[in-house]
Amino acid sequence: MTDRNMALAQLAPGEEAIIEFNDVNKWYGDFHVLKNINFSIKKGERIVVCGPSGSGKSTMTRCINRLEEHQKGSIIVDGIEMNDNLKNIEAIRKDVGMVFQHFNLFPHLTILENLTLAPIWVRKTPKKEAEEMAMHYLERVKIANQALKYPGQLSGGQQQRVAIARGLCMQPRIMLFDEPTSALDPEMIKEVLDVMVQLADEGMTMVCVTHEMGFAKTVADRVVFMDAGEIVEANEPNEFFNNPQQDRTQNFLSQILNH
Amino acid sequence: MAIEFKPSPSLPPPVNSVGAVAWLRQNLLSSPLNVFLTFFSLYIIYLLVPPVIEWGLVNATWSGSSKAECTAGGACWAFIGVYFEQFMYGLYPEEETWRINIAVILLVVLVATFAVKSVNKLYLSIAIMVVYPVVAYILFAGGAFGLEIVETSLWGGLFLTVLLGVVGIVASFPLGVLLALGRQSNMPIAKSVCIVFIETIRAVPLITILFMASVMIPLFLPEGMNFNKLLRVLIGITLFSAAYMAEVIRGGLQAIPKGQYEAADAMGLTYWQSMILVILPQALKLVIPGIVNTFIGLFKDTTLVYIVGMFDLLGRIQAASHDASWLGTTIEGYAFAGFIYWAICFGMSRYSMAIERKLETGHKRN
Repeated sequence: MTDRNMALAQLAPGEEAIIEFNDVNKWYGDFHVLKNINFSIKKGERIVVCGPSGSGKSTMTRCINRLEEHQKGSIIVDGIEMNDNLKNIEAIRKDVGMVFQHFNLFPHLTILENLTLAPIWVRKTPKKEAEEMAMHYLERVKIANQALKYPGQLSGGQQQRVAIARGLCMQPRIMLFDEPTSALDPEMIKEVLDVMVQLADEGMTMVCVTHEMGFAKTVADRVVFMDAGEIVEANEPNEFFNNPQQDRTQNFLSQILNH
Repeated sequence: MAIEFKPSPSLPPPVNSVGAVAWLRQNLLSSPLNVFLTFFSLYIIYLLVPPVIEWGLVNATWSGSSKAECTAGGACWAFIGVYFEQFMYGLYPEEETWRINIAVILLVVLVATFAVKSVNKLYLSIAIMVVYPVVAYILFAGGAFGLEIVETSLWGGLFLTVLLGVVGIVASFPLGVLLALGRQSNMPIAKSVCIVFIETIRAVPLITILFMASVMIPLFLPEGMNFNKLLRVLIGITLFSAAYMAEVIRGGLQAIPKGQYEAADAMGLTYWQSMILVILPQALKLVIPGIVNTFIGLFKDTTLVYIVGMFDLLGRIQAASHDASWLGTTIEGYAFAGFIYWAICFGMSRYSMAIERKLETGHKRN
């Protein structure tokens, strides 16, 4: 990374980071999947992470709520360092919502039960209150009329919107999206992206791994490009798309934008 | 101007693809081989069924006090009638058998109450799992509330069979779940203990375990310290089927996609919360056929307690057929035992299918 890019991955002095990666390294066995990740995200920022498959972008995102463990360096989320301390991990997971590529709704529970499970058991919210909140978020993703159905009865796009509502029900400070539209049929991508754009407009801190470059252009504060476990380039979207600094970035952009 | 798109109307299926005739054609007469098999099977049924009906119903003798009175040439059901009490309750004192009946009725009522919507399921479960066993034990064994003590050596017949089966099933299920979770866990000690336990028990026949329980354990216990043989046998049966149960459940745990574990983790659920609320309900539902298979196997395996001198239903029937005045009634006895085992196991199987249907929540799984 050039110094200029380095600067863009970090924050200006005085800005407070909500997520901080310091020299983070991770291995799967012998495979060095994250190499010296230094990156800071401030509150309310919308980050889009892109890169070829196997570049470590999902892994980096999943380190934020410790679905993956890193072996070197430190990750500080909301002032709490991610380490083996289970209390810390539980505290972070309460504050970080996550949306997965394959939705991962619980098929044995109704939509409403999917949404109230964590508030009731983790936050100890009374059931009635949790249900009201769940209905509120279901309204927001425009799916309240399906509350009593099971996930298997909904389309992919509807399921993913439910998954977003489920994440929001914990009233998180950060939302992570791990390729939220990659498993959807083309005609359902828009309905999910619309919900995400709406969320971004409300000032949620978002880290989003996606190949939807339109979404990146309109919503992101910064776009991060990763390859082979490294952050190659990070820049605000205009610069990133119109004036990429690295050959590797130019190459990637030309592959996904010109077809 | 755009033309409005109207989907073509759906047409009814061709006549010969629905109804009884179509069913016959598709299922029984679809190819020359199937035609042959259908008529061959009908012939076999013709050979077997009429003689069985003749023996079991038409020429049967329904009452009498010895084999000699069974002169009609068919089955001697009088034998079952005379020994019926013993087949049901073993040597349990006749004037006390109402205690068993009450315990059974109580259990049926409690379980049926599950179907009532307004009842608190948690309290009901506690009543069945914690309170009922104590009540049932007091009823069966006596020694409290003015109930006469009945030694467990007198317990027998279908009562003993069902007792061994139900206690074995109820106790081995949670133990099996714990063993399966232990075997899947990241904690090396818990994991090794579970693996060693499961693999050891599975490598040994049930008869060996029953012998251990009834003969060997008393030898190792210090002088004067001994506990009931029925209890030892129950523990043996429970441990045995728990090992099998654990492997069945482990299969279910492995079939749950990693994403389900991750989603539960990402929400901040603890290990036990995510297992109890998310993983186990799905895993257990997947392996209901395997679980019921193990239950049915366990229920029939309880007949092996005959080996260690306990007289369950089959044991009592065998003993009764040695009665001098009823010699030659072995077939009737076994037919009766077979019918009872079949009815109970078939019931379990249908019940499990009903549960599976009830838990079905849509075809997609992710």
